[in-house]
Amino acid sequence: MWIFLATEILFFGGMFTAYIVYRSLHLPAFIQGSHELIVKFGATNTGVLICSSLTMALAIRSAQVGKSKGTIIFWLLLTWLLGAAFIAIKLRYEWYRDYLEGLIPGVSWLAGGTHTPGVKMFMCFYFFMTGLHALHMVVGLGILTVLVIMTARHRFSREYYAPLEISGLYWHFVDIVWIFLFPLLYLIGGRYPGS
Amino acid sequence: MSTAIRDLDDAAAEPAVNYLNASYGIKSWLLTFDHKRIGLLYLATITVMFVVGGVAATLMRMHLVEPQGALFEPETYNKMFSTHGIIMVFFFLVPSIPATLGNFLIPLMIGARDVAFPKLNLLSWYIFVTGCAFALYGTISGGVDTGWTFYPPYSSLYAQTHVVAVALGIFIAGFSSILTGLNFIVTIHKMRAPGMTWFRLPLFIWALYATSLIFVLGTPVIAITLFLLALERLLHVGIFDPAVGGDPLLFQHLFWFYSHPAVYIMILPGMGVISELITAFSRKKIFGYSFVAFSSLSIAVISFIVWGHHMFVTGQAIYAGLVFSVLSFLVAIPSAVKVFNWTATLYRGSISYEAPMLYALGFIGLFTIGGLTGLFLASLATDVHLNGTYFIVAHFHYIMVGGAVMAYLGGIHFWWPKISGRLYPDMWARISAAIIFIGFNLTFFPQFMLGYLGMPRRYAVYPAEFQVLNVMSSAGASILGIGYVIPLIYLIWSMRYGPVAGPNPWKAKGLEWTVPSPPPTENFEEIPIVSEDAYEYPAIEEHGYPEAPGVARV
Amino acid sequence: MIGLLQPALHILALNVPFQPPAASSIAGGIDRLYLVLSGITAFFTVLIFSIIFVFMVKYRRRKPDEVPVATHTPLIVELTWTIIPSLICAVLFVWAAALYVQNGRPPASSTEIFVIGKQWMWHLQHPEGPREINELHVPVGVPVKLTMTSQDVIHDFYIPAFRVKKDVLPGRFTSLWFRATQTGTYHLFCAQYCGTNHSEMIGWVYVMSAGDYANWLAGGERSESLAQLGERLFSQYGCDNCHLEEGNGRAPSLVGLYGKPQRLENGETRVVDETLIEQAILNPNSIRLPSYQPVMPTYQGQIDQDQMLELIAYVKSLSSEERKGQGQ
Repeated sequence: MWIFLATEILFFGGMFTAYIVYRSLHLPAFIQGSHELIVKFGATNTGVLICSSLTMALAIRSAQVGKSKGTIIFWLLLTWLLGAAFIAIKLRYEWYRDYLEGLIPGVSWLAGGTHTPGVKMFMCFYFFMTGLHALHMVVGLGILTVLVIMTARHRFSREYYAPLEISGLYWHFVDIVWIFLFPLLYLIGGRYPGS
Repeated sequence: MSTAIRDLDDAAAEPAVNYLNASYGIKSWLLTFDHKRIGLLYLATITVMFVVGGVAATLMRMHLVEPQGALFEPETYNKMFSTHGIIMVFFFLVPSIPATLGNFLIPLMIGARDVAFPKLNLLSWYIFVTGCAFALYGTISGGVDTGWTFYPPYSSLYAQTHVVAVALGIFIAGFSSILTGLNFIVTIHKMRAPGMTWFRLPLFIWALYATSLIFVLGTPVIAITLFLLALERLLHVGIFDPAVGGDPLLFQHLFWFYSHPAVYIMILPGMGVISELITAFSRKKIFGYSFVAFSSLSIAVISFIVWGHHMFVTGQAIYAGLVFSVLSFLVAIPSAVKVFNWTATLYRGSISYEAPMLYALGFIGLFTIGGLTGLFLASLATDVHLNGTYFIVAHFHYIMVGGAVMAYLGGIHFWWPKISGRLYPDMWARISAAIIFIGFNLTFFPQFMLGYLGMPRRYAVYPAEFQVLNVMSSAGASILGIGYVIPLIYLIWSMRYGPVAGPNPWKAKGLEWTVPSPPPTENFEEIPIVSEDAYEYPAIEEHGYPEAPGVARV
Repeated sequence: MIGLLQPALHILALNVPFQPPAASSIAGGIDRLYLVLSGITAFFTVLIFSIIFVFMVKYRRRKPDEVPVATHTPLIVELTWTIIPSLICAVLFVWAAALYVQNGRPPASSTEIFVIGKQWMWHLQHPEGPREINELHVPVGVPVKLTMTSQDVIHDFYIPAFRVKKDVLPGRFTSLWFRATQTGTYHLFCAQYCGTNHSEMIGWVYVMSAGDYANWLAGGERSESLAQLGERLFSQYGCDNCHLEEGNGRAPSLVGLYGKPQRLENGETRVVDETLIEQAILNPNSIRLPSYQPVMPTYQGQIDQDQMLELIAYVKSLSSEERKGQGQ
């Protein structure tokens, strides 16, 4: 799993590199684009994901100390719900709103006014990067579902819980990617009065 | 010796049950978890892709006998060279040795029953086939004409061909590489037999380990690069379009960040094969084992920091050029060390000239030329003149065809008895090796000259003064083509009619030669315990006496 | 080995040249380096081939079960053949890099010619006015600097006889320079694949004596210099409404601006070169200046590449040396 995560770092890394290069070339447009994003939803989602990493860790811990399968399933389901909440907030409050405001390049882009080509570039990166991340989240939800079923079938014990640990690594990785994405996309340029 | 070499000189009877006949039927092959069968599935697939790429090459060389082009309109020629490059690079060379010989041999060489993740292994093959399907679909429905390098803005805004389908094929096949690399790394770390320490591993394993590192770290970057390109084509967002603030050079940096290490993916396994062949056919321990092993690792590491040498004439900063030039010279050193070590292994060996050895010796010669011509290109001043010309084409073909393909064929011939249980007719094999060597040089040496004279690459038509060299090159290509067809025939023939090989027809060292040919599905009856180094061929230790002619040889 | 001799024999018999004409000041240096590289390649190739050949014969297996003598791997041997190639590489690197850096700096007195690459032809514009397509006339012995951009995809301008080559990129200007040393006619190629007719994007470079060149310049249609054409466009597109010479308009004065560093609103400093001027015209919002309102309209889609070069030439002519030269 560590090796797989190394490949993921390089995969996302390519995107991050491209983003950083273009941000340095087009800073004003990118700041403008960033201001189109709503920080409170991004921040909420960050909190949601951090909690989900906590619940995931608690699920693994429960297995480690030999708690009942009910406890493990409880934490796994909580993780699942938090992950689903992340996606729901993204879809309903961010992407849907972007769709209505004509901010999705290629789908509902409305040029003009503040929607300059530079902002379009920013929004592209925003959707590519958060989209790729969301895809990984969905895969993670699938993995969690499988884990719940496996736990229900008594597959894990104090001695054997490797799949939980390995999936935990994946889940934490997806969380960490978001922790990089959030400031890079939402917080550049500063949002304080006078900046 | 605990590795229990069964010295069966007579052609022992083929074992009744082996991995080939353990189960019958197409389902048993398409749903197999046996690494040996998966290796053969890959062998079949990449042979098909090699034929497709080879046909494209043949047509190209036939077209180029006339300055105004003998066969095609430029548009079609452009699709030919693009198809040739894409298929040969991504669907033949990158998987070739690792996926066929690597899959087949790694568990056998380290004393394991299979790889770490057999199901993932089968999935890798299916992913690869899917990638091939997309690429072939793109080719058949009209092809791409961007070159295998897909540079924007041409590929993103102007090309009217099936870029997305083919890029998707490469993207998908990339996941096959990543999973194979992952599998190999875990297998080599975790599944070595007792006593098989890192420094007792055959050098083929070291080479594949280094290759797997590149697979795992480099391939995701080409994936994201092609993904961005595909999005650019589909959504027209302008990532690489200067008119809206994009930068076409960003694509080149991202592209070459993978594609340079990729060329080492293509050559490192070949180098591993050569280490096996030289030792087996001179019946000697390799000269400088640890230097060769570490050179594989250093090549893998340094390969990631030289990509800018593909961009010396793009107008990038002189400073960047200097850095990449130094590093490119640096990456040449470990390869040179290997060549010297292989040559020194021959010293005082007991050398025989079966076909695999001829391929190995051909490799050393041609790789030396190819590698040294790389120095012309690492040198900033000469690269300015030579970049984008046929010199580059000649350089990389010397390494990829004169090197990697010859190593691949040498390996296939060497391990053929193990894979199929049969021997192929060696006389025909030696003749083919010679034909390939001669045909290859006739094809590509003139191209060095064409490059220096200034003929650019990817030209469908060219000034008449370049015709003589082009005709020479095409003549060589026809000979080369024949050399490739002959092994196809006799290898298939040998599967049915070749003499039974026995477990160790070459009397070589290595765990794979201790099991029957073909091996049983579980590889070893019991896992061996290893107590000797690699290549421990019997040798007479001299005790300080000068060698009198003929005395030391028994 | 036979494979290498045959082409050599043919070439000698058929008079195929070994190298292109050496017609520029740097060609000799490059050819010398190339020769040394070829020598090193030939040396090591022959060395390895011969050693292998000797070993193949001397140590061939004479009896099926013979046991060879053991050899060992002295560290000194490994180090020797690691260090010697490293030293050779170091020398080559320094030599090539020195040539590269030296050849990269155009002399200050270069004549500047503009090049636009587009699918599938080359537009060349002399500052005095004449325009050429797929042909370049230059005087012998005079340093010439080509400033190049592309109108569409990436191309590459390559003159083998001069040993010069540079990619030609859209949205950016690249340059190369040369000083021709021999009159004659030489190939010009596009060396970066650019689509269907990439191989037809070729032409000729005519190196002429000073007198012939002056005649050529004077002959043909008399047209205005690039800068003069640019001045006309400057007025036609309304640039002079805001970019007043005295600098008291809505936009900064462009006098003496070319080549100077300019501080932008976001804090970064950029030198005013061809790329920045083009960017300012096509995408003015990406270049905000402190103390000026961002009111400049964009000319994207209204000005083609030829006109862009004329405007740029005009802005360059407003720098102090040029003004003195033109006696304004």
